[in-house]
Amino acid sequence: MKTHEYQARDLFAAYGIPTSKGALARTPEEARSAFASIGQAHCMWKVQVQMGGRGKAGGVRRISSADEAARLTAEYIGKTFSTYQSPEGKTVRAVLLTEDKPILAEYYLGATIDRSSGLPVLLFSKQGGVDIEEVAAKDPEAILKHRFSPGALPAAADLRSLVGRQISDASQAAQIADIATRLARLFVEKDAALVEVNPLALSEGNTILALDAKIVFDDNALFRHADIAALKDPEEDDERERKAKAFGLSYVSMNGNIGCLVNGAGLAMATMDMIKLAGGEPANFLDVGGGATADQVREGFKIILQDDRVQAILVNIFGGIMKCDVIAEGVIQASREISLSVPLIVRLEGTRVQEGRKLLEQSGLRIASCKSIQEAAQTAVRQAREHADVHSR
Amino acid sequence: MSILVDASTKVICQGITGKAGSFHALQCLEYGTRLVAGVTPKKGGTTVGTIPVYDTVGEAVAKTGATASMVYVPAPFALGAILEAVDAGIRLIIVITEGIPTLDMVKAVEYASAKGARIIGPNCPGIITSGSCKIGIMPGYIHQKGRVGVISRSGTLTYEAVWQLTQVGLGQTTCIGIGGDPVIGTGFIDALGMFEKDPETEAVLMIGEIGGSQEEEAARYIRAKMKKKVAAFIAGTTAPKGKRMGHAGAIVSGAKGTAQEKIATLQENGIHVVRDLSRIGAEMKELVG
Repeated sequence: MKTHEYQARDLFAAYGIPTSKGALARTPEEARSAFASIGQAHCMWKVQVQMGGRGKAGGVRRISSADEAARLTAEYIGKTFSTYQSPEGKTVRAVLLTEDKPILAEYYLGATIDRSSGLPVLLFSKQGGVDIEEVAAKDPEAILKHRFSPGALPAAADLRSLVGRQISDASQAAQIADIATRLARLFVEKDAALVEVNPLALSEGNTILALDAKIVFDDNALFRHADIAALKDPEEDDERERKAKAFGLSYVSMNGNIGCLVNGAGLAMATMDMIKLAGGEPANFLDVGGGATADQVREGFKIILQDDRVQAILVNIFGGIMKCDVIAEGVIQASREISLSVPLIVRLEGTRVQEGRKLLEQSGLRIASCKSIQEAAQTAVRQAREHADVHSR
Repeated sequence: MSILVDASTKVICQGITGKAGSFHALQCLEYGTRLVAGVTPKKGGTTVGTIPVYDTVGEAVAKTGATASMVYVPAPFALGAILEAVDAGIRLIIVITEGIPTLDMVKAVEYASAKGARIIGPNCPGIITSGSCKIGIMPGYIHQKGRVGVISRSGTLTYEAVWQLTQVGLGQTTCIGIGGDPVIGTGFIDALGMFEKDPETEAVLMIGEIGGSQEEEAARYIRAKMKKKVAAFIAGTTAPKGKRMGHAGAIVSGAKGTAQEKIATLQENGIHVVRDLSRIGAEMKELVG
């Protein structure tokens, strides 16, 4: 689960991580008083949407008056904001005004899980303020790492000598190490998956400040953090992805024209790959879980069809515990209930597959029942093309 | 021969009185697994089918001499269940439960390794030695005793691959689902090392997917340490970037975890990568001969 910058900043403050002074505004009037409350000649004004690249898209500005704060806020609130990283865009509901702190240097500080060692890891780099992935790709040595056990949080002294490898100023290194220990504690105590401060800035008076804040929480641990779960902004979720979740389906929208419905995440990805290999483009990823009930198939179809680019649906189910004839009945029932109008291609394999295929063939519906996934993918690509041709005439 | 589990392995099921636990425990028993006991706190003295249920893992181990456990305990309580199994002397803990907090798994894996126990999973289909011992949720009948070891991060995709291996007559020795979570007890390299030593396993099929860098690490391990033939399939060539992983894993590994990068690294290390899902069985057959 992601949070907004202002929410992450509040958590930073609770853990004693120094940030700049700030105030949230949801209306132009609030923006006006936020500017006044910060009490400086200039402020930073930042749209609160969960996406990267805000600055380049005009969502982060240096402003000079309460009027400007109000005018900009009026211009952006309630409107869709997009960046090169999130071209689909999201509605702006709030803006954050912060002190305009002089930045003398930009560093990077983060915490995440290191999959290789299976441990949390603190990451620090002198090269902050830029895309850290690029730094990692170009020069992995530029990122310092400190792995730690959740049961034994890192000591400030250890971190100080580590940070000292890149930061020669002793006071700065000590401040960074102190912030890093606090970040590690937040990471563990709140079950985060990722905490990032980019930039961690060197400001006036040789002080270190967290000038941006990003936290991603482990969804699996929200059950034990009511305070974190309450921060969830439902508007940040894709409408279709949210609906899918309610039925135990996992849906991710893509750009192609062949919808797919598959049981199991790995098989769903491999099915998309097969569509591509057959010369088509998948419209979505949709995992109905290990089972696949008639209800799930019906809801899955509905969600897929909300995307009007879809010209065919490919169902690929490996029936293990769930038998193929039961799944076939579900598919038939779902197609009838929603009067499916695009070609349906079904590939069943596994337990009671003969009975399942027979049901599909005898249903009287226009369902192409395929034996191999290759045949199914090729059939879906061909039928989608034919369907598109007929409907564009 | 096989790896980790065989016809002599005595298994208990933690969380046996739940819906999934009881169903799959009975399925395992039917397959021929020596599923000797179940554990659910406060349900001691009852039975699931013919399987006796105990309150604690300690009791179940004392009564049956079990060395392996299959865990279906709900996610919030899974860490406690795993630690209990380790303390009771269970050496192999197969965690089927999905949705366990990552930091709980960090603690579980740390604790188990320190005490010499192995965890498989979590969020995995389990482990099966064809024809003799099934511990997990995979459909038994698609497996056939044979020559190929299978290691996979996925569920139904593994069934697809296993089914093809059975259809072409190769069969499997042992098939391990290592799970798709960020922190897991047993990785590709651990399993590859065990298959390399197993005399019955002639070749290994590894099934990976996007995210992390386990496949890349395995590729380098295979080149350096393995004499047996290994083929790989990687799912997610078309997966949209950034949907399943933040850039966390990417920073740590210095790579981006895409299927393309994994495939390239595997191929650079001389490993055959099957690109067409429907040809896993056929290409494995060509490889093994």
